[in-house]
Amino acid sequence: MSEGMSVIEVVLREQRETLLAAWVQAQLAAPGVRTDLISESELRVESDRFLTALAGAVTDETSAPNLMDPRWDDVREQLTTLSRSRATRGFSPTETATFVFSLKEPLFNALRDTEGDLVALVWAATQLVDSLGLFTSEAYLRSREEVIRRQQEELIELSTPVVKLWQGVVALPLIGTLDSARTQVVMESLLQRIVETDSAIAIIDITGVPTVDTMVAQHLLKAVTAARLMGADCIISGIRPLIAQTIVHLGLDLSEVTTKSSLADAVTVALERTGHQIVRRKTPKPE
Amino acid sequence: MDRVNRIPILKLGHLLLVSIQVDMHDRMALALQEDLAERISQTGARGVLIDISGLEFIDSFIGRMLSDIAGIARVLDAETVVVGMRPVVAITLVDLGLTLPGVRTALTVERGMDMLPPPTAVEDLDDEEEAESAGDR
Amino acid sequence: MRNDEDVVRARHRVRELAQQAGLRLVDQTKFVTAVSELARNTIVHGGGGRLHAGLLHDGARQGVYATFEDDGPGIPDIQMALTDGFSTGTGLGLGFGGARRLVNEFDARPNPTGGTIVRVATWR
Repeated sequence: MSEGMSVIEVVLREQRETLLAAWVQAQLAAPGVRTDLISESELRVESDRFLTALAGAVTDETSAPNLMDPRWDDVREQLTTLSRSRATRGFSPTETATFVFSLKEPLFNALRDTEGDLVALVWAATQLVDSLGLFTSEAYLRSREEVIRRQQEELIELSTPVVKLWQGVVALPLIGTLDSARTQVVMESLLQRIVETDSAIAIIDITGVPTVDTMVAQHLLKAVTAARLMGADCIISGIRPLIAQTIVHLGLDLSEVTTKSSLADAVTVALERTGHQIVRRKTPKPE
Repeated sequence: MDRVNRIPILKLGHLLLVSIQVDMHDRMALALQEDLAERISQTGARGVLIDISGLEFIDSFIGRMLSDIAGIARVLDAETVVVGMRPVVAITLVDLGLTLPGVRTALTVERGMDMLPPPTAVEDLDDEEEAESAGDR
Repeated sequence: MRNDEDVVRARHRVRELAQQAGLRLVDQTKFVTAVSELARNTIVHGGGGRLHAGLLHDGARQGVYATFEDDGPGIPDIQMALTDGFSTGTGLGLGFGGARRLVNEFDARPNPTGGTIVRVATWR
């Protein structure tokens, strides 16, 4: 079996140019080729680099190469980078994997002209390409998940903006159900905004939050504590009667936190604390 | 004095300002406490501002150092305000369970100054004396 | 690791690793702070020891780990050390409880050759 690999290595080195040309052609001819997303010259460069790395990694090994071995570091890195780049550009998993799988036919053709047991050689080549292809697919999936995660975070931040009410006061209206991940992201962005706007008071309004479970309540309290550590105070407003009961039943200590049932009350408190006073005009303004 | 890098303490009018920019090791932290205690006594400062906007990590040792400084200052009749804590540091402290007892905090140096006692007429006199003796050094 | 300068070096090294692993800033900060706590523990309570740290790769995820080995007397009751009450919170306690909350994985066990081994890891 190890002969298979060494033959392949020889082929990769000696028939490099023909192999490269045939491989690039196969990629361009593949049904899923995306010349709109990647140029032919870029494909050629990538394929060229990959063949070099591959030739360097394939030596007399047992038939099923262990891709986690340090010898394969360069190959893995190239495939990971490639998958990530394809994923962000919008390639499909199949389109991405085509890069690797389309190497099969040219490789088989090159092997046909060598001496040795063709069946064994083809088998060795198949195993090699397959494991590389699988690795590429996995790397692609990971990148996609990463992109999605980042997009979700951005979405969360966008949908829960921290609003500067006036100098020194920000408000965070939370709407909808809060899950642990979302709450964490939102809290981090609140603290960040507190620093950016130099606001010593933050109003967290949960009027739009139907239920609060233990995790969310704990996150809220953590945010309030963190804000205080930084030198800002939080006022939690819009607490529905049901949520108030939940908080007490959960045994959470809110003695350090100012809570108001309505947003209006919270705003009034914030105004007072920042030295403002709302006075009603004696005579109404003329229209 | 041994060769520990010492964190500079600036006199800001009637207050002392310490700006921690580097990742301190424990001996630096202890040296800072000593230096501060001495400066407070020397200058009779009534307020100390500690700017930690440069700190990327606060562990329990640094936390205790801050509490200790506040305590030492209080005994010497000076108040302390810590300013500029980074959000990620605050979040980490909460998870760590560190509450920084006895430490007052503010978002900025300006706000911190508002929380400290104002200068008194006597202190202006001290400033002149300090300026004179500083010339000797 | 023997002295306080080593704690700072440990922080820097681990911070680099955490950045390489692509951790979010808040997770980086938490992890490095945990390492700082544990490093200090190793020196103060364990009489010095060794830190191994590196990147983790489990095919689907990236992460960073740090392992502390000391040759000290060991901790008679590790379970107790993990409860918050054990740490005085002023830097003198064992600080396991707090550090544990800062990382994804936390494991403390007696070292067969004496002392304790603590391993922490956080994934991206």
